[in-house]
Order: sequence, then C-alpha cells, then structure tokens
Amino acid sequence: MSTAQFAAFSDNAIMFASIVYVLAFLAHLVEWVFLRSLPAPEVAEDRAPVLVAATAELSGADVAGTTPPPDKSAEVQDRELRVETWGRIGLALTVLGCALHFLGLVSRGLASDPVRVPWGNMYEFTLAGTFGVSVMYLALMKRYHLRWMGVVVTGFLVVVLMLDQLVLYTDAGPLVPALHSYWLVIHVLAAVVASGAFAVGALALGLFLVKDRATRRGRLRPGGYLSRLPSVESLERVGYRVNAFGFPIWTFAALVAGPIWAEYAWGSYWNWDPKEVWAFITWVIYAAYLHARATAGWKGKAAAAIALVGFASLLFNFVGINFFFGGGSLHSYAGR
Amino acid sequence: MTLTSEHTEAGGSASQPPQPPSAPPALSPVELSRWAWRQLTSMRTALVLLFLLALAAVPGSVVPQRNIDAVKVADWQDRHPQLTPVYDKLGLFSVYSSVWFSAIYILLMVSLVGCIVPRLRIYWRALRAAPPRVPRHLDRLPESRRFELDEDADIVLVRARTALRGKHYRVADHDAAVSAERGYLREAGNLLFHLSVLVVLVGFAYGQMFGYKGSVVTVVGQGFSNSLSQYDDFAPGRLFSPDDLAPVSLHVDDFHVKFLTSGPEMGQPESFDANITYHSRPGTPAQQHDLAVNHPLTTNGTSVFLVGHGYAPVVTVRDGQGNVAYKGPVVFLPQDPSFRSVGVIKVLDAQPQQLGFEGFFLPTYGFTMQQGPFSQFPDALDPVMSLTPYHGDLGLDNGKPQSVYSLDKSKLKSFPSSDPKRLGPDARIKLSPGQTVQLPNGLGSIRFDGVKRWVKLQVSHSPGKGIALGGVLLGIVGLMGSLFIRPRRAWVRVTRTTDATGRGRTVVELAGLDRSSGGDLAGEVDELERSIRTSDTAPHEESPA
Repeated sequence: MSTAQFAAFSDNAIMFASIVYVLAFLAHLVEWVFLRSLPAPEVAEDRAPVLVAATAELSGADVAGTTPPPDKSAEVQDRELRVETWGRIGLALTVLGCALHFLGLVSRGLASDPVRVPWGNMYEFTLAGTFGVSVMYLALMKRYHLRWMGVVVTGFLVVVLMLDQLVLYTDAGPLVPALHSYWLVIHVLAAVVASGAFAVGALALGLFLVKDRATRRGRLRPGGYLSRLPSVESLERVGYRVNAFGFPIWTFAALVAGPIWAEYAWGSYWNWDPKEVWAFITWVIYAAYLHARATAGWKGKAAAAIALVGFASLLFNFVGINFFFGGGSLHSYAGR
Repeated sequence: MTLTSEHTEAGGSASQPPQPPSAPPALSPVELSRWAWRQLTSMRTALVLLFLLALAAVPGSVVPQRNIDAVKVADWQDRHPQLTPVYDKLGLFSVYSSVWFSAIYILLMVSLVGCIVPRLRIYWRALRAAPPRVPRHLDRLPESRRFELDEDADIVLVRARTALRGKHYRVADHDAAVSAERGYLREAGNLLFHLSVLVVLVGFAYGQMFGYKGSVVTVVGQGFSNSLSQYDDFAPGRLFSPDDLAPVSLHVDDFHVKFLTSGPEMGQPESFDANITYHSRPGTPAQQHDLAVNHPLTTNGTSVFLVGHGYAPVVTVRDGQGNVAYKGPVVFLPQDPSFRSVGVIKVLDAQPQQLGFEGFFLPTYGFTMQQGPFSQFPDALDPVMSLTPYHGDLGLDNGKPQSVYSLDKSKLKSFPSSDPKRLGPDARIKLSPGQTVQLPNGLGSIRFDGVKRWVKLQVSHSPGKGIALGGVLLGIVGLMGSLFIRPRRAWVRVTRTTDATGRGRTVVELAGLDRSSGGDLAGEVDELERSIRTSDTAPHEESPA
C-alpha cells in the first residue's frame, strides 16, 4: 500500500474504532440498566431472602394474585444473565475497538515515508494516549476486576477520540527534524503508558470521591450505579495501585528519558521549558499524592483529590501548553 | 492549625467561667528549636512544601525567563512597562533561581533529611531485630486460619518454617510457634528514593554552578573558537570562570537543508545538517563531524549543538568616493517558517557619510498589493533583498553598545521615495543576486553578491549530569521497591489436643498481616495454609473457617 492508502486506512480504522467504542459504551449502559432492575445487593443479602421465604410460605398457602416465587427467582436469574451478557458484549466490543485503534495507530506510522512512530503531533499523541488508556484498562481488567469501570472508560474514550478527530486532526506526514531520534519512541511511549495509567487511576478515584460523598450523605440509592460499584475502600485501592504503577513510569518518561533526549537535542538536559515545568509539576503532585496517602488525616478523600489535581495538570500539560504557550515552548512541534 | 482548633474546642465545651487569658510559659530556645524542627520534618509540612513547590514552578512557565530567552523577556518588558518593576522585584523573570523558589526547595530538602535520618536509624534497628513475637489472639488479625492436622506438632512447625522460608520470610522460632516477616526492602527502597532526590539536586546544582551555555551564529565557511568574545549570548553558572572554557575550535564547512516541497507540511524542514571540521584542543589533528539536530558534537567536555539556521546575504557597499566600504555576508534573522528574515547593514567606513540599510531578505520572492513583498518558500529559490537605505551618523562613535540587528535612526536620514503615495515616504530598494543599485545624491551603491547560510550553534558544558542521571535511576529503583514490595508478617502456632475419639490432633493457627495497604493477603495466607497441609496425605473433612 502507498502512504496515502495507509493514511486513509488509518483514518477509517480510527473511525470504526470510535464507532465500536460507542457500541461498547451502549452495551455497558444496557448492562447497568438491567442491573438497576435487579434487587440491590445489600437488600438481596439482608432482606430479600426473608421476603422470598415469606412469599414462598404464602404461595404455599395458595394465595392468588402473587407471582409464584420460583418464577420470580428465575426472572432474577434471567436478568442476572442479561447483565452478564451485556457486560461481556461491552467488554468484547472494547477489545475489538482497541484492536481497530491499534491498527489505526500502526497504519498512521506507515503512512509516512520513511516509516515512523505514530506520535509526531497532537492528533497522534491523543490517538496514542487514548490507546494507552484502552490498553491499560484491558490489561488491568482481570487483575483488578475493572468491568464496573467499562461504562466510564468507554465513555471517556469516545469523547476524547471524537474531540481528537474534530479539533486536532492533521494529515499524515513526515516528522520535523527535531523528532528524528529513537528517544521519541522511548520518551513518548513511556509518557503514553504513564498517562494511560493515571487516567484509569483518576477515573477510579473520581468514582471513589463521588461514592464516598454519597455514602456519607446517606444518598446512596440501593440498586443505583454507585451502589453497584466496588466498595469505597477497593475503589480507593484500585486507584492507588494504578497510580502507583504509573508513577515510576512517569518518573522515567519525564525525568530520565526526557532530559536525556533534551541533552541530545537542545544541549541541556533541563531547560525549564513550559512542558518540562508542567511535567515536573505533575510529578510533584503525584509524589504529594503518594505521601498524602501514607499520612494519617490525608488518606482517602484528600489524597484522592490530590491525585485528581495531578491528573488535571497532566491534561493541561498535554493540551494546554500547546494551545496557550504555542511557539513559546521548545515542545511546540508537538502542536498542530 | 490543629493546636488552634483544639484550643477553641476546649474553650467552647468548657462551661467554666472564662479565665483571664494568660500567656503560655515561654519556650526556651532549645525547646523552640526542637518544636520548629519537629514541625518542619513532619509529613504535613512536607506535603505543604511539595504543593508550594508545584505552585511556585507555575509562574516560570507563564512569564518569560531570563536564563531561557533573554530576548523574549525584553519584548515582554517593552509591552508591560508598569508590571516590569513589580515582576522584577518578585524575581518573576528568573523564578528558578529566585529567593522564594530556592527557599521552598531548600526547606523541602531539610525536611527530607530530617525525615530520613531518624528513619535510617529505625530501619537499621528493624533490620537486625527478629520478627515480632506471636500475638496472643491470632484470630483477631486481618487474615487468620485455624485447622487441625494429624501429624505431630513439631513436624507441622518444621513444615510451616519451610513454607515461610520458601516465600522469603525471615523466620524466628518460639515455643510451639514461629513468627515471620518479609519485605524489609520496601523501607530500603523508600529511603533510597529519598536519598536519590538529594543526589539529583547535588548533580543539578553542580551543573548550574560550574556549567555554561552560550550560542553563536556562524556563517558557513567561517569558524568559531571557544572564547567568551566569540559568543552572541552566554549564560555562565555562578562559579564559572572563563578559564573553564575548553579550547575547542571548529570550522563550518558546509550546510544542507531540505524542505518539504509538497504535502500538508510543505515548507517544513525535512532535515538539516552541517559538516564541520574541529580541533578538540590546539595542536590536535582536525576531525570531521556531521552536526545535526539530535546529533551533537561532544568533545573535550564541551557539547556543540546545531539549533538553528538562516540566511546571510553577501553584499558589497561602495561609498560616495567609490571605495569599497563593506564587503561580506550579513546575518539576517528569520521571522517565520517562510524564512522572511530581517537584518541591517551598518557601513561605518563609508565617506563622506556613514550608510545604513534596514530591511528584509526573502528567500523566494513573492508580492501582493495587500501584503507587499513576502517569502513564498523557505528555500533560496528566488532570493531578493528589500532594503531601506539611510545616510548620516550610525551613532556608534560614542561607544554605546548597539545590537547588530537594529539601526539607531536618531541621526540617520532616509532617502525620499519616488512615489510617496503608493510606496510610502522612504525610498526602498529591491535587489536580486548580481544586481547593483546606486544610492541618490552620489552617496554610494550596494551590490547583492550572493547568498550564504549561517548556522546557530549552541555550546554548553553541563558537569554533574552523570550524577543527576544516576540519581534519578537510583530513585526509580528505590521507588519501585517502596511501591511494589509488600512487607508482611505471618505467625503460626501449633497446639496439641485430642479429639473426641482420643486421637491426637494438632491445631494449627495461622495469621497474616499486610503492613502496606492493598495486596492479596488472603491469597498468600491461603497458599501458606496449603503448604502447611500439603504432605498431610489423608483427606480431611473441611475445617471450620
């Protein structure tokens, strides 16, 4: 295939990946809709058995008008099955979307002559970054049982990919000379993986904060979305673990690979360039998060809020620097 | 903060008659300093300092910084005359060397040292200590199991010990029980990480003190030798002395640039590089190097980088008496990606009047009525100079330093334009290579001989970068240790009993404690249970959990 064909293929693959992510998002929505019609977990444990037992006795005493209990439990089972099915469909679609996303990314790299890594401008960084989120979510799925996150992650992917194509789209082309370095592969890849982890961590901690607040105020509706999420403790723990996974990688990307490349390209390993400054700020905030989490009185809500601030600074560094500082940054070629 | 809230709470809840406020007993200097030290080294202070550090770094990304781009600082100051003195006083043009920024990170480092020194001591003690004694109630720990086995207590205990050792626990024997601990390296990693922060800071500070960074514009075909007078701008470290400049010299032989001629990125440089010949010190044989972005020259502790390029049109200026008053390349500075470049030519030796030219160099000439002259493409396909000539006094005789890129027009006069309505009041001249234009009133002539290119070289020496890099790498190792190593404790106690049939049984109590949060403690305790049961071949009824 020619470079132009690869470019077109990439655009199509990304379009289809977006569509599949939308379908995955819808499947997860359906999953939650069915979940809502199920008895709430707490109720199911505490009251429902009693209730079922009571109706069983009643129906045994031939009370007309009440639905026979075996049917009811069958209906619940049926709904549970549906929940499971739609959850699996959502997951399978996410995997498919991720595969298409991968194809789109690879063909984007093949769409220029000479072949290059598919992260040479903002559009491609965002493609790679969202791919990082998608992969990170799928990779950690089994270990941390993340399916409850499906609806949030796929929603996030859809919105970001849509914005990427609408606002940031750039035609495929060769790299600017400043990017002719294998450090582009190492530095950006590490940054993408770390950003993916931080995004997943931020989603978990954001949900933790919302659920924690609802629980405290007694607004946790049994059977609602929040009550179906894992416990606040495990939300917080998953958030911590994913962030803790991302932090050393971010350290490597921002404070090792970046400076080494800067030393090669600009003659000084630390230039206080806006992008560097914000990478450093992000690093400091996540360091503060890890410390706060180990400090009595900060653990929990305060620490989670810090992590979200860290993610906000990461996003600002990713997008804001290029838009607001533009040519003022040595990283300006990373723009459009 | 806590203190005040406690005070108010105490005051509010107490229903005693209000007592007259009495000053608390004054702290002795020793007590005061101890209190201050404890405050400074507390985790809360460290957190606040981390936030302050993040916050303090922000203005440096918004306000132009002197040590990064002095020209941009000057521009900004021109545009904001009122804010400039305020910002200057606050040190906002050099945030990262300002007093307040330094104060934050120095306090943070002090806090860090104050935090890790006592922890080193504690860690040293913990390293040598035996795993803690067996708690009385193992069933109250986060994970505990209780089951019965047939074998003798001693055999079970030996098996438990082996199982724990196999999982890298350090095991201590007690009376009919073992206690075990593992994950000692977590704290070691933690300490290593914090020490490495200090190492990085030392490396960075060393480079900032003794290093330097300068840049020089060299026309292709000319050379550069590493001495202060050669630099266009130079930023030395605080303790740098000019003797530290390595005697490197180089000659720029050739320069190649390729611009994209099609596609959406048309006009972007595809690649550029310069062939140079250099001597790492006087008397050493000449060596060749191909200087490009991402391919610097490092020799004799000095690094040379190619950071930019542009055009230097070669001109010959004759004065009113017909003598050659200036001949050579003049560096023009590119203004945009099309390499529309601006520059000035100062002809000091012209008689009877000094001459000055100011204007544009356009590598590929284009013209529209709206835009006037502009450059269509960055490569020198149809180079044109568009200049405004001046005559008079260049103002260089009074010894006041002047930029080579601007004219002091206070004592200069332009020539009147032939068509002031259409072309503006000042006469402009347009030159293509090989063309000569005579100035009015017999004041001289200018000839555009040809086009050369120049390269901007950045020369730097940053000692201590190895220290900084080593520090960060150590830090990552330590970080991974402190984040991923799980410190755990486990205990096994065996008790011999007899069951209802009078058969001897061994009751095994097993418990685990995860000293960091998270981690699959239950899974690990399950595995331990399985190992302890393993050679128990006879199938057993499920023990109550």
